[in-house]
Amino acid sequence: MKLSLNKSIAAGVLMSLGLIGTTHAAECIAPANPGGGWDFTCRTIGKIMHDIGAVDKPVQVTNMAGGGGGLAYGHVVNERSDDADLIVAASSATATRLAQNAYAGMTADQVRFVGAIGADPGVIVVAADSEFKDLGQLLDAIKADPGSVAFAGGSAVGGFDHLKPLMLLQRVGFDDITKVKYIGVDGGADAITQTIGGFTQVMTGDMSEIVGFLKSGEIRALAVLTEERVPGFDDIPTAKEQGFDVVAVNWRGLYIPKGVSDDTFNMWAERLQKVADSAEWQEAMVANGLAPFTKVGGDFQGYIDQVVGEVRQLSKDIGVIQ
Amino acid sequence: MEILDNLALGFSIALSPYTLMLAVVGCFIGTIIGALPGLGPSNGVAILIPITFTLGLDATSALVLMTSVYYGAMYGGRISSILLNIPGDEPALMTTLDGYPMAKQGKAGNALVLSGVASFVGAFLATIGLLLLAPILARVAYKFGPAEYFALYLLAFCTLGGMASNNQAKAALASCIGLGIAMIGLDNNSGLPRFTFNNLHLMDGIDFLVAIVGLFAIAEVFFFIEGKGKTSSIGVKLDKVTVPWREIFSTKWTMLRGSLVGFIAGILPGAGASLGSFLAYMSEKSIAGKDGGFGTGVPKGVAAPEAGNNAAAGGALVPMLTLGVPGSGTTAVLLALLMSLNITPGPTLFTDRPEVVWGLIASLLIANVVLLLMNVPMVKIFVRVLQVPAWVLLPGVTMISFVGIYSLSGSYFDLLLMVGFGILGYTLRKLDIPTVPVILGILLGRHMEDALRRAMVLSDGDATYLFSSPIAIGLWIAAIAGFVAPMFLRGVLAKPQRVTD
Repeated sequence: MKLSLNKSIAAGVLMSLGLIGTTHAAECIAPANPGGGWDFTCRTIGKIMHDIGAVDKPVQVTNMAGGGGGLAYGHVVNERSDDADLIVAASSATATRLAQNAYAGMTADQVRFVGAIGADPGVIVVAADSEFKDLGQLLDAIKADPGSVAFAGGSAVGGFDHLKPLMLLQRVGFDDITKVKYIGVDGGADAITQTIGGFTQVMTGDMSEIVGFLKSGEIRALAVLTEERVPGFDDIPTAKEQGFDVVAVNWRGLYIPKGVSDDTFNMWAERLQKVADSAEWQEAMVANGLAPFTKVGGDFQGYIDQVVGEVRQLSKDIGVIQ
Repeated sequence: MEILDNLALGFSIALSPYTLMLAVVGCFIGTIIGALPGLGPSNGVAILIPITFTLGLDATSALVLMTSVYYGAMYGGRISSILLNIPGDEPALMTTLDGYPMAKQGKAGNALVLSGVASFVGAFLATIGLLLLAPILARVAYKFGPAEYFALYLLAFCTLGGMASNNQAKAALASCIGLGIAMIGLDNNSGLPRFTFNNLHLMDGIDFLVAIVGLFAIAEVFFFIEGKGKTSSIGVKLDKVTVPWREIFSTKWTMLRGSLVGFIAGILPGAGASLGSFLAYMSEKSIAGKDGGFGTGVPKGVAAPEAGNNAAAGGALVPMLTLGVPGSGTTAVLLALLMSLNITPGPTLFTDRPEVVWGLIASLLIANVVLLLMNVPMVKIFVRVLQVPAWVLLPGVTMISFVGIYSLSGSYFDLLLMVGFGILGYTLRKLDIPTVPVILGILLGRHMEDALRRAMVLSDGDATYLFSSPIAIGLWIAAIAGFVAPMFLRGVLAKPQRVTD
């Protein structure tokens, strides 16, 4: 399987190299360096689209790193705004940064969000020897003495990992969220080592980041921030079933330029839906620790608007934006 | 015995003719990537990742290729440092300090062979360390919190004072410029952009490579133009290339110490290869004292940073494999490669996927031997570079630099920035201000600030937190006793010396 996948990508790369400038093969921009989540989105979705015949030519992947995705966003808004053959990888980080005005004033309505087909579930994790046994206990401890608990996460202050515990705390009526201690370190694994080392008490991150440490038994997941328990991790309770209605997942999806016709939008939505329904995508999701999360087409833009609104309010509360 | 069994398993995977060929190719490409200014190990590996897909390589072969490139780049970085005074990548920065003066004295061949051997010793010892101790060493990362990292960076920072032998004020000024540049970008601890002027290109901060290539390569071009092509510091003497056995033996302890220091810096996720070579150089300089002649072209000054940076490169694989925490930019890219091959590094990797881990370790050993065999005889070819007239060589190097930097983000902004750094480098050199501390300021500033501010968040602003663990206290003592105190005590202990250089 692996070999054939690589071969097809190989063929794809070679063919798209040959096709540049002669035909209109679709292009997927990954707004980051090779290897990250956005790169994965482009390569995997692009490949499956071609394999299942949703597009007749292989999708060409372009890496455009910079500004946390802002360079690619600006490129699409300013220079490619009516390119019907362009798709761009997006995730919760895209929506968070848009909400916080981190893309130099560009807003979520300057592109069209096609949909998301899979998500990395948010998790709240403690060291194996931690005194906290469930989410309620942790949140109570923070309410009683905010200074006693420090969070570590892989994103900067105000980033998605930071917002997860803040959303939970808001649900239990704790409003003084600037008191919550959070340090942003270099990635989820680093946040786990700080937590196992006892420098911070809780790690906030994504499911895919904690899998290895869960297996080795060095950490304990207090909650997963999804609607239902994640297949394969059935012993981790959701925040919702513990009485805290927060769903925070790092979804993987696409946006396209604003200036394309509704037909083009529907065409890409349809293609994305086909990928979501394919056996290949189900396999890729399992291999990469993604949970099912399918929102494609018209209702996705609504979801983005809601997320952007919520994140903007939270960010104002903690002072990341005015 | 278990280790020998595992190693046998590793070699059985990595020692096929095909993977050997990949190792040789990878080492060669890596050496070239490392030697070319602007193409560092991390973007070299990043650029090559799609090729592993294109070739349809399986996990082991892809890893062999990429680690060969990684180690190769660590070897290659020294070549342009020594021959051209232009570091090929940031870990090779320290090698310019003594390597280039050696080349100027006509000992370019000696410096290259010696640094090749030092690289081998460093990388070899680090691989052995990885093989024997990785699961135990992984625990070290749990002992390092913000306070400990701050003390470590402080230790590195204190040594900056000893950087310049004649004018410490100028070295301090240069490091302050570096610190200032490090402030640019998104502030991790508040989420707010600083000094970005609403420009998205500045949001991620300034890449070391842009600064290095600008300050060294582009500045060199400006000097060349100023001299109307006649005067350039490139144009060193060239003696016959022999293997300098005497120098290799006389630096054996330096290499061992440098390897140890580098390896320790490497296994700490927050430190990395650049810090490894830097600390190795500075501690050797400190041990040698004023009579050691560091900075004037001594063999020890070449052996120490090269052993240090290659050991750190090997050490950085420890947290990457056992914790999934990349210790450097390059290991971050390798981590991404592993993930895309469906291998998730972490505490269970050694037990879940022994064939990957031991195959990797075996391929590192292979790559290392290949690199030594490749690098020493090739010195004769490398030094030929010096026979190329400067008016051909410099524009060529500049062109490669432009391509390399453009490949970082694919934007012309970085090119303008690089030229800006070239002007800065030209000005600084005219004022006789060293440029190496600028880079180190950029390198250390950001991490040091992050560590300090994280420590302050965790402790509610209580400064005593910085001395709250034995490791932190030990590092503070080392910083003060090793580097700060001598600066002030020198005047008391010895008669003030006349500035000679």
